[in-house]
Amino acid sequence: MEKARPQWANPLQFVFACISYAVGLGNVWRFPYLCQMYGGGSFLIPYLIMLVVEGMPLLYLELAVGQRMRQGSIGAWRTISSYLGGVGVASVMVSFFVSMYYNVINAWAFWYLFHSFQNPLPWSVCPLNSNHTGYDEECEAASSTQYFWYRKTLNISPSIEESGAVQWEPALCLILAWLVVYLCILRGTESTGKVEQLANPKAWISAATQIFFSLGLGFGSLIAFASYNEPSNNCQKHAVIVSLINSSSSIFASVVTFSIYGFKATFNYESCLNKVILLLTNSFDLEDGFLTASNLEQVKDHLASAYPSKYSEVFPYIKNCSLESELDTAVQGTGLAFIVYSEAIKNMEVSQLWSVLYFFMLLILGIGSMLGNTAAILTPLTDSKVISSHLPKEAISGLLCLINCAVGMVFTMEAGNYWFDIFNDYAATLSLLLIVLVETIAVCFVYGLRRFESDLKAMNGQALSWYWKVMWAGVSPLLIVSLFAFYLSDYILTGTLRYQAWDASQGQLVTKDYPTYALAVIGLLVASSTMCIPLGALGTFITRHLKRGDPAPVA
Amino acid sequence: MLWPLFILVTAIHAQLCHPGAENAFKVRLSIKTALGEKAYAWDINEEYLFRAMVAFSMRKLPKREATEVAHVLLCNVTQRVSFWFVVTDPSKNHTLPAAEVQSAIRMNRNRINNAFSLNDRTLEFLKIPSTLEPPTDPSVPIWIIIFGVIFCMVIVAITLLILSGIWESRRKNAELSQLIDAEDRCENMITIENGIPCNPLDAKGGRINDAFVTEDERLTPL
Repeated sequence: MEKARPQWANPLQFVFACISYAVGLGNVWRFPYLCQMYGGGSFLIPYLIMLVVEGMPLLYLELAVGQRMRQGSIGAWRTISSYLGGVGVASVMVSFFVSMYYNVINAWAFWYLFHSFQNPLPWSVCPLNSNHTGYDEECEAASSTQYFWYRKTLNISPSIEESGAVQWEPALCLILAWLVVYLCILRGTESTGKVEQLANPKAWISAATQIFFSLGLGFGSLIAFASYNEPSNNCQKHAVIVSLINSSSSIFASVVTFSIYGFKATFNYESCLNKVILLLTNSFDLEDGFLTASNLEQVKDHLASAYPSKYSEVFPYIKNCSLESELDTAVQGTGLAFIVYSEAIKNMEVSQLWSVLYFFMLLILGIGSMLGNTAAILTPLTDSKVISSHLPKEAISGLLCLINCAVGMVFTMEAGNYWFDIFNDYAATLSLLLIVLVETIAVCFVYGLRRFESDLKAMNGQALSWYWKVMWAGVSPLLIVSLFAFYLSDYILTGTLRYQAWDASQGQLVTKDYPTYALAVIGLLVASSTMCIPLGALGTFITRHLKRGDPAPVA
Repeated sequence: MLWPLFILVTAIHAQLCHPGAENAFKVRLSIKTALGEKAYAWDINEEYLFRAMVAFSMRKLPKREATEVAHVLLCNVTQRVSFWFVVTDPSKNHTLPAAEVQSAIRMNRNRINNAFSLNDRTLEFLKIPSTLEPPTDPSVPIWIIIFGVIFCMVIVAITLLILSGIWESRRKNAELSQLIDAEDRCENMITIENGIPCNPLDAKGGRINDAFVTEDERLTPL
């Protein structure tokens, strides 16, 4: 008697799970940044084209494979061809790397959420220095929100080499974040996530990349979710719906984020102006309130001609304030979420309420993504007879959460944020491109497009439109190959990889080179997941060869 | 006759109080920034009040109870409003040490600020740092309290889920063992034919098929 595979209660639950997976933090902090950097509204053109040409077809492909094979990623690909079990393993490895570091974001969101219940908000005021005669120097040089992020939350060290100790406060929050994830996956998996990627000078490549990673392709999460579908489920409709909702939520989030960018630019511009005004007023003993933004330039010229020597002394300290240059420096990632947004919130009325709501939203997005990631890892594990016969599902989930939590402690050290950036930038990028490329080729050419088409028709009675066939067999693989080639050449050409380190004395970020062991870790991250594909094929080949070598086993 | 004396006094004044003089401090006021429309104009009367406040602060020091308003000299008043001041000793020959002036001002900073309706930021004594009020820290940070609450809730929820899972699986095992016993005796599936379930082979007495009952009755007993 075979145990029936658990199923979604209704198709809507499946759709919601996929949406929850796809709509994640990247919608909030990556897409608006790309829009800002690549010309605002005009970025939507390459984005929507890539959505139709690359996003929807690949999403449909993954859902269809999961629904047809009714297994997690490892089993599904092994069914397609026994040499392709490595693809599933590679997916699981990538999901594992991502789940290691991604939950740290939730830990930070918890930290900020818990600190939102105070008046005034802790990131709105600078703490005093040791003898109470002024504010802390680091806080003065930077700003109170940056100080709270870099010093109070991360307690960041000046470079990646100085690891420091594990900080107990973020460690506690990380443990709580993993407990919450465990609570959600204990009984069943439903949620999804996304991964945002490194910057890229070409707008089209950015659009292609954003669509690709925004939908969370290649992790095996979508395959896992779809494997719990009834065979007759109309996954084509669902693929279109999920990708459209994902994109519209990105666009909606950018509307909000643009207002935050504008606020930050205006705020910085005005405080820059005020600093210049104060400097000139004090140096030349001008009447208080005489200098304003409107007459600043005239007065500067007058002072330069009337008091040339004194002016030349003060001149090096006068900054040229420009609103345009502020608008050009958009921020993305954790800097946007935890510094710029919290800066905006602290200036609102009833800031505690907005703060709680905002960080709660971040938490929901983040935990949603985490659940999708853990689904990608757990489904193949619970599918495999070897493991699930020894341990109940609760124990496997618990073990996974425990291991990830222990590894995640690395990211709570003083240099943890630098390691976080390494994982964020390199754990999933190249590997996912390769995985999805192999998936597309496997389905179209190894399994056979016609065979897959007839399977789908048998499953849900729908004929496969020519559009999907053209995309799967031709356009999407070509796109992925070109993205892959671009990234490889980009890595090779830029030479040494560099990172941004926080300098406490200056109160700003400085660029540094990665040390050799960090480069080794990056190489290991990329290699360990991509190598699974050829190694898996090699392993199957060898076992088959050995079996053929032995005399046939007796019936 | 008095002119030479006047000139001498002015000269001494200028000698003792000038920008960068020994034991001299620069003061800077930002009245418009602090008070906006209610700002008052800075005139000699305000200067007199300032000199009086400084003399008052000095008189609070142990050895300087005899300081008078005339001992406080102001000079170089600008539009800013900013000026320099020194405090001289009763003989008006030399100025009092900067350290004493500094400690006097620091101790009475609040009174001086209030006299002019300003605060530490808008009435600045350069080179005399003010003591800032530290924020009140509760003994237990608030975030730990909220963290503790959420943490306990999550632990309780996890325990409940795990326990209910164990109970359910025990219940299922008990049902399964009953079912296995039934399986040994007959088919697991309950098929229904003509509205009559086929499984109760173990039911005592069997089932009476009405079709055959009537047939029995039609046969005439022998």
